Amino acid sequence: MGTYILRRLLLTLVVLFFVTLIVFLIMQMLPGDPALIMLGSDATKEQLEMLREELGLNDPILVQYFHWLGNVFQGDLGTTINHKEDVAKLIFSRLPITLSIGILALCVTVLIGVPLGVLAAVKRGTFIDSVVVVFTNFAVALPNFWLAVLGVYFISIKLGWLPVQGFVPPSENFAKSVQHLIMPVLILSTSSLASVTRQTRSSMLEVIRQDYIRTARSKGVMERMVILKHALRNALIPIITLLGLQLGHVVGMSVLIEQVFNIPGLGRLLVSAIFQKDFVIVQGCVLVIACIVAIANLIVDILYRYVDPRIQYE
Amino acid sequence: METATKSAAPLAAVPPKTNEFRRFVRVMFSRKVVIISLLVLVGLVLVALFAPYIAPHDPYKQNLRDALQQPSGKYLLGTDQLGRDILSRIIYGSRASLMVGFASVAFAGAVGVALGLIAGYFGGIVDTIIMRLMDATLSIPSIILALSLGAALGGGLKNVIVALGISLIPTYARLMRGQVLSVRRSDYVLAGEISGARSFFNMLVHVLPNCVSPIIVLVTLNLGTAILAEAALSFLGLGVSPPQAAWGSMINDGYNYLARHPIMSIAPGACIVIVVMAFNIVGDALRDALDPKLRGSL
Repeated sequence: MGTYILRRLLLTLVVLFFVTLIVFLIMQMLPGDPALIMLGSDATKEQLEMLREELGLNDPILVQYFHWLGNVFQGDLGTTINHKEDVAKLIFSRLPITLSIGILALCVTVLIGVPLGVLAAVKRGTFIDSVVVVFTNFAVALPNFWLAVLGVYFISIKLGWLPVQGFVPPSENFAKSVQHLIMPVLILSTSSLASVTRQTRSSMLEVIRQDYIRTARSKGVMERMVILKHALRNALIPIITLLGLQLGHVVGMSVLIEQVFNIPGLGRLLVSAIFQKDFVIVQGCVLVIACIVAIANLIVDILYRYVDPRIQYE
Repeated sequence: METATKSAAPLAAVPPKTNEFRRFVRVMFSRKVVIISLLVLVGLVLVALFAPYIAPHDPYKQNLRDALQQPSGKYLLGTDQLGRDILSRIIYGSRASLMVGFASVAFAGAVGVALGLIAGYFGGIVDTIIMRLMDATLSIPSIILALSLGAALGGGLKNVIVALGISLIPTYARLMRGQVLSVRRSDYVLAGEISGARSFFNMLVHVLPNCVSPIIVLVTLNLGTAILAEAALSFLGLGVSPPQAAWGSMINDGYNYLARHPIMSIAPGACIVIVVMAFNIVGDALRDALDPKLRGSL
């Protein structure tokens, strides 16, 4: 087990190395001269040249890359072009907001999606199953930013049940914070919920056909125990894999949800940085998000062993 | 005995390929919802192709006197904040969605299949480098990758296609590699190698055709994904450049007038849902029809 975790960790580091390479290369493609953006069009040629030298922009690209990588390893993601703020500080002040919304959305996904998938599988071919299948097909096709717009119109503007936009930190006013979070969390969880429900249904259908389920039933084990203890536990592996992937999806989609609900999270920071051509922030945001996804996948891989003891790593 | 001989004769007379095709058609078109979805998609292609003849108004002509009109006989879905006909813009917007959808998936499919084929066929260090690169790309959520690439390349139809295409490549590469590994040691591939066929020829002639089915299914399912992603980019203002009509940017335009004029956002969004659902349903049906595991059971 220890060897496996170490090997998997090394593999994650290799993947992260490639991530840094991709992120760096994308940022090299960005149009515009960073020195010009920082100093403005009034800057003289000498000033621009001095700043380029200071930022290392005149160095060969490989030198620039390793210089940047060295700084990243020390937790230094650079300073913003426009506000001269520390990018790492800025990102880590926004990250908890995005992560808390994302994790809450994943909790909703598990709490509703898994039971719904189990129910559809157990009631296969019935009206309930059909409703679940139609719902999941529909939810997968829904653009979540459009759903958010509909939610704002019907629930906030027409019915007045929830606030239209904004974010209130829980430490400031917990009740208001919850009110502001309900809609973003529910909407963010919609497509993940549909995917997890579909996956749970199909995994359960596969497991339910197995001999050991028949044996458990013939031994007179209660149906609830058969489903929860024997079937669901064995159906969990693909569901956990999907949940690991869904974290990346949820963080990605939060960019859109934060835009609609005006939430000051990482997604909103990323979009505004793109419009302001602040490539240092963009670079930092993409890198941090990719690291979170890679670590989540690592955790999922390790979790397999606990869920299914039959899996041997060596 | 005689009956058995009689019943066996027609079966033997039917060539296996015809059986395969019949089975495909039977499974593919067994559900009404699939036929309806196919009709929706054919209708969409026709609308996109003949947009100038179908659209009741010029989608780009501004008429501030008629701004934010409610649906009426003149403007079936009303007008936007600049007095442009919403229905005409939806009709023209289908062009951007379809163009981005097909082109980005074609680009991703071509590059991803080639990378997966090379990684799976050659293995070793080539495989390691390609697949770790794909893993790294997959670590960046596709919408974030498309956003960053879109920012780097700039807006516009072509760049959106490239940005979305790159974000979709890893899925094809992984699928293709898996397929190649499963047929790599097959007798017919080894026979090709032994008989002196060049690696490139062997890959194209013997390996590739045996890995096509799952790719076709993925292409169909990805068309919906690409249309959703294009709409998301346009919604954020990083997709198709204005004034070109795109469903995502239409939703965003309407968001500012949501309380007064909700149809501006609701109508284009509904189109996205219908089209993406249609692609997903057709993709699912294709998978059922092409998946060998289901053979004989349907």
